[in-house]
Amino acid sequence: MRTQQTSFWVDHPLGRALLGLAGVIAFVAIWKLAQATGWARAGTIPDPFRLPQTLMDEWRSDRLMPAVLSSLVHYVWGLGLGTVFGFLVGALAASSRWTDALHAWLARILRPIPPLAWVVFAIAWFKVSHAGAAFVIAIGVFWVNYFATWSAVRNVDPKYYELAQAFGQQGYLNQALNVVLPASAPGILSGMRTGIGQAWMTLIAAELLGVPGMGQEMNAAAGVGAYEAVVIYMLVISLVYTLSDTLFARFEKRVLQWRPS
Amino acid sequence: MASILTIENLSFHYGDNPAPVFDDLNLSIAKGEFVAVVGGSGVGKSTLLKCVADLAHSSGGRITLDIPERRGSRRRATVFQDGRLLPWRRLRGNVGYGLKGLELSAEAREERIREVLKLTRLSELADRWPHQLSGGQVQRAGIARALAVNPELLLMDEPFSAVDAITRQHLQDELLNIWQKTGAAVLFITHDIEEAVYLADRVVVLSGHPAHVRFDQPIDLPRPRGRNADDLQHLAHTIAQEL
Repeated sequence: MRTQQTSFWVDHPLGRALLGLAGVIAFVAIWKLAQATGWARAGTIPDPFRLPQTLMDEWRSDRLMPAVLSSLVHYVWGLGLGTVFGFLVGALAASSRWTDALHAWLARILRPIPPLAWVVFAIAWFKVSHAGAAFVIAIGVFWVNYFATWSAVRNVDPKYYELAQAFGQQGYLNQALNVVLPASAPGILSGMRTGIGQAWMTLIAAELLGVPGMGQEMNAAAGVGAYEAVVIYMLVISLVYTLSDTLFARFEKRVLQWRPS
Repeated sequence: MASILTIENLSFHYGDNPAPVFDDLNLSIAKGEFVAVVGGSGVGKSTLLKCVADLAHSSGGRITLDIPERRGSRRRATVFQDGRLLPWRRLRGNVGYGLKGLELSAEAREERIREVLKLTRLSELADRWPHQLSGGQVQRAGIARALAVNPELLLMDEPFSAVDAITRQHLQDELLNIWQKTGAAVLFITHDIEEAVYLADRVVVLSGHPAHVRFDQPIDLPRPRGRNADDLQHLAHTIAQEL
C-alpha cells in the first residue's frame, strides 16, 4: 500500500473546516453571480446578499417564530405518534406468526399510499388544523418505523432465542425485554432516525394545505415573489432538522454503546 | 456410582429427512463424571447435546435426568461453541443471565456472580462489553455463565474449537481445575481426540450412518496428566482407529 502524505487541508480539523467554508462561499458566489449578471432571469432567483436583512424582517414582523413554533407542534405530535404506533404495530406484527399473517395483506395494501394522499381525509376529519397536519406527518413516520421495527425484530439471530431457552429465560416478556428489544435496537433506532427526516419532508408539504407554519409562510412568500423569505424558511428547516438529527444521533450512540465503534 | 444422566435408545432425524442422524444411542453419565463425546462431523454430536439440553427434540428413545430440583440452581447448563454472549450486556450481566427466576435475593445473585468470575479469572473484566474480550475470555465467560446457575450437569459443545492452540491448552487446564472444584458432571463434545483423552474420565466414540456409540473407553490415567505421555498418546491412537 502506498502511504499517503498527511495534509493540513484534509487531515486537520481546522483545515477541514476552512475547506468546508470555502465550499459554501463558492456556492454563494456562483449564486450571486447568476443573480447579478442576469444569467438567471430577473425575479426568479433570490439575492443571497439580502438574506440577513430578510431574516431580520421576518423576525421583526413576528412571522418567523410563530411559524417555527407552529411547525414544531405539528412535527413533535406527528413524529411522536407516528414513531410510537409504528414501533408498536411493527413489534407486535413481527412477534408472532399469527399477527404477522393477519396484518401482511393490510400492510401491503396501505403502505404504498403516499402520506400526502391522506391530506384529503386529514381535511375531512380534522378540518384545516394542527391535528390534520400532524396526522399527515404521522402517517409517513408510521410506515418508516413500522417497517424498520418489523424487519429488525424478524431478523433477531435465532441463536439468542436458543440461549434464552438454555438458561430458562424464555418467558414472552422476559425474552422481549432482554433479547428481542436490545437485539433489534440498532434497526429500530435507525428507523426512528429516518423518521425524523421523513417527518420534515412531509411537514412542509402538509402545511401547504393552509395550516399555519413554515410551509404556509413559504407558500405565501412565494405567491408574492418574496424568494428571499422562502430561502430563509428553507434554511430554518435545515437548521432545525440538523439539530434534531444531531440530538438523536447522540441518544442513539448512548443507547448502543455496547456496539464496537 | 449412580447415573445422573441416562440416554436410552435415542434417535433423531430432521423433519423432512426420514434417515436418522443417530439411532438406538445409549449413554449414561455418573455424578461428577467427565465424559467426552468424539466423532466425525455430521454424526450428531452437537444434536445429542442439544437433546440433553432440551434445545432439540429427539425422534425416539428416552433421556432421564436423575438430578433433584434445588432452589437457586438449574439442573443443567450449556456452554456454546460460539460463546454466545449477549453483546448488549456487560460481562457481569452476561454471567448473571441465567439467575433470573431462581428466587435468589439481589445479594445472593451478586455473590454468585462474584464467585464464578473469580473462579474463571474474569473479575477484572466484569464491566467490559463482549466485543472488548478476546476469544479465550469469551469462552471463559460462557463457562462462568453456566457455572453461575450451579448446575450438576455441564453441557459443553466444542467450547474450545474456535480458539488458538495455546489458549485452548490454558482453557483445558482451567476447565479441569473448575470441574474438580465444583464437582459437576460434564458432557463434553469435541472432534479433537487428544483433547478428549486429556480431559475426560471416559471417551465415547460416535460413528456410522446412522450413528451410534461405537466405542466407550474409560481413561484411567492418573491426574494431572501429561499431554505428551506415552499412555495418553497410545489411548488417543486406539480411539482414532475406531473413528
